[in-house]
Amino acid sequence: MLEARALACERGGRRLFGGISIALAAGDLARVRGPNGSGKTSLLRILAGLTRPVEGEVRWRGAPIGELAEEYGAQMLFIGHAPAVKGEMTVAENLAFSLRLGGIAAGAAERRAALERLGIGAQAQLPARVLSEGQRRRVALARLALASRVPLWLLDEPFAALDEDGIGCVRDLVSAHLAAGGMAVLTSHQEIPLAARAVHTVALGG
Amino acid sequence: MFSALYTYASPQAFYPLAGRMIPWFASAAVLFAAAGLYVGFFVAPTDATQGEAYRIIFLHVPAAWMSMFIYLVMAGWAGLGLVLNTRLSGMMASALAPTGAMFTFLALWSGALWGRPTWGTYWVWDARLTSELILLFLYLGFIALKEAIEDPRRADRASAILALVGVVNVPIIYFSVQWWNTLHQGASVSLTAAPKMAATMLAGMLLMVLAAWMYSIAVSLARVRAIILERERDAAWVREAVA
Amino acid sequence: MGAAFAMTLRRDLLIALRRKSDAANVLLFFVIVASLFPLGTGAEPGQIRAMGAGVIWVGALLASLLSLPRLFAADAADGTLEQMLVSAQPLAAVVAGKIAAHWLTTGLPLALIAPLLGLQYGLPADALAVLLAAVLIGTPVLSLVGAVGAALTLGVRGAGVLAAILVLPLCVPALVFGAGAVTASLSGLDPSPHLSLLGALLAVSLVFGLWASCAALRVALD
Repeated sequence: MLEARALACERGGRRLFGGISIALAAGDLARVRGPNGSGKTSLLRILAGLTRPVEGEVRWRGAPIGELAEEYGAQMLFIGHAPAVKGEMTVAENLAFSLRLGGIAAGAAERRAALERLGIGAQAQLPARVLSEGQRRRVALARLALASRVPLWLLDEPFAALDEDGIGCVRDLVSAHLAAGGMAVLTSHQEIPLAARAVHTVALGG
Repeated sequence: MFSALYTYASPQAFYPLAGRMIPWFASAAVLFAAAGLYVGFFVAPTDATQGEAYRIIFLHVPAAWMSMFIYLVMAGWAGLGLVLNTRLSGMMASALAPTGAMFTFLALWSGALWGRPTWGTYWVWDARLTSELILLFLYLGFIALKEAIEDPRRADRASAILALVGVVNVPIIYFSVQWWNTLHQGASVSLTAAPKMAATMLAGMLLMVLAAWMYSIAVSLARVRAIILERERDAAWVREAVA
Repeated sequence: MGAAFAMTLRRDLLIALRRKSDAANVLLFFVIVASLFPLGTGAEPGQIRAMGAGVIWVGALLASLLSLPRLFAADAADGTLEQMLVSAQPLAAVVAGKIAAHWLTTGLPLALIAPLLGLQYGLPADALAVLLAAVLIGTPVLSLVGAVGAALTLGVRGAGVLAAILVLPLCVPALVFGAGAVTASLSGLDPSPHLSLLGALLAVSLVFGLWASCAALRVALD
């Protein structure tokens, strides 16, 4: 369903990688590996449609993602480095807005449950600026608990800045998603075991 | 023909082609300028109302026309680069901007020098002069934006958007003398009607326009060659060409 | 489309409400600048009335420029802008919501204060009404054109000044027609041609401004 053909990326005049191809079907997981600066985040951003590749193209269900725009956005969930949390809004408000942006329908009870699941239920009414870095990551990841119907998950270092409980929680969410027929592409320095129908490894940087 | 266009779309192929074209356009510019200046200053008669001061028309009008024309070409190249994601188009737009800015400044300055003896003032805030001034600011803004963004591809695309937004200004300049009562005179030369000036004056003016056009092409080609070398400096062919 | 617009508008208004000082400072700047001119140029009533419209317009322009960094920079820094670009909502609707919120918190208060400053400049009542109308129609144009400048210069060094350089020339028609409407009214002429041209500008900048802002945001986050 997700098809990337011969992707090449340049950053600051330097060619980071070339000839990268990925093909994902339901239940597949792609792990992007490579040293720092090898272009893992750039690859994920290309798959999300944020960055234009110098060569190659990305297709979703056969159509180029450039033409799909927000249609692709509705079937894809991208969590990047920045937690995308506004300090002036409460945790609950932040989650509500990001869910609506992503076109995910969820009632107040479900949103509360998602925050509880990620261990930040108690902070729901606090402004996000008083949260720690790890807690903000959890707010960003809370979406995953409600995004089972979004087929493609693109996660950039989802386990970063999380403690053991958090890592376990995210691992369970991703595994459940894959088991239910969803797809995921993730970058991670850590070796977190995940089961999938097929695991593709994309090695960058050499 | 399209395959030829496609071949020359790469900076590496365009570089030598541009180098071969420059001498032709430069010579043409010199010839047209010599002819135009001769006609303008020695052949064309004295104007009935303005005397000899009118002769600045042979600088002012070509400069003004080129300032608008170059902006449109620049915006065209920039837009092409935005749509087709080609490097050379962005480089062509960068190469055209300084020349366009120069002609705009020349038009404003020569206009001011002309305005003093004929209108009694160097400057007036009417529609045509104001929009030509805005054109100068648009050129300078285009150049400033390109300089400020470090990544050349992002710089190309951002300044392309700016150039396209500013295109609206060019028809305003051109039609301002029709739409508003301005101090600036109306159009004397039109594509459809007979010109309202003596044939020799018209000839001199058109020769100067051609000279300015040839000059712009020659200078822009030279500039784009320099830009190509700079932007592609990591490529092997550049290292060989410069060595 | 409408839902995305409303949702983003509400969110940006909420944030602005919780950071009231941003909008208040812009208004204060406007008032101070508009009060500086008579001090600088000498306080003869005839002179002041003649330049009142222009000064108020330039003040509104500068105040709008000062508030531009608020539009996209904060969202770009914390990653929420990125989420808007990969969202399930049309980007144009989201950006329109942000620009509308910007106008409601910047342009609209400026427009409402402008007649008070006009009084300070000795403008008569009908000129004040024209001023209000002109600034109400003109400030959305400033927000839209400003959005283009803000988007083009996102994350660029010296973005504030650069955005101003890019935006000011494009705002000149709004300035000319807006101030011209008031000047016409002062001379006893009909201001409606100026106001309708201003309205046409608004329509054009709505189309171009939205397109250009969205395109520039995609370029900036590439």
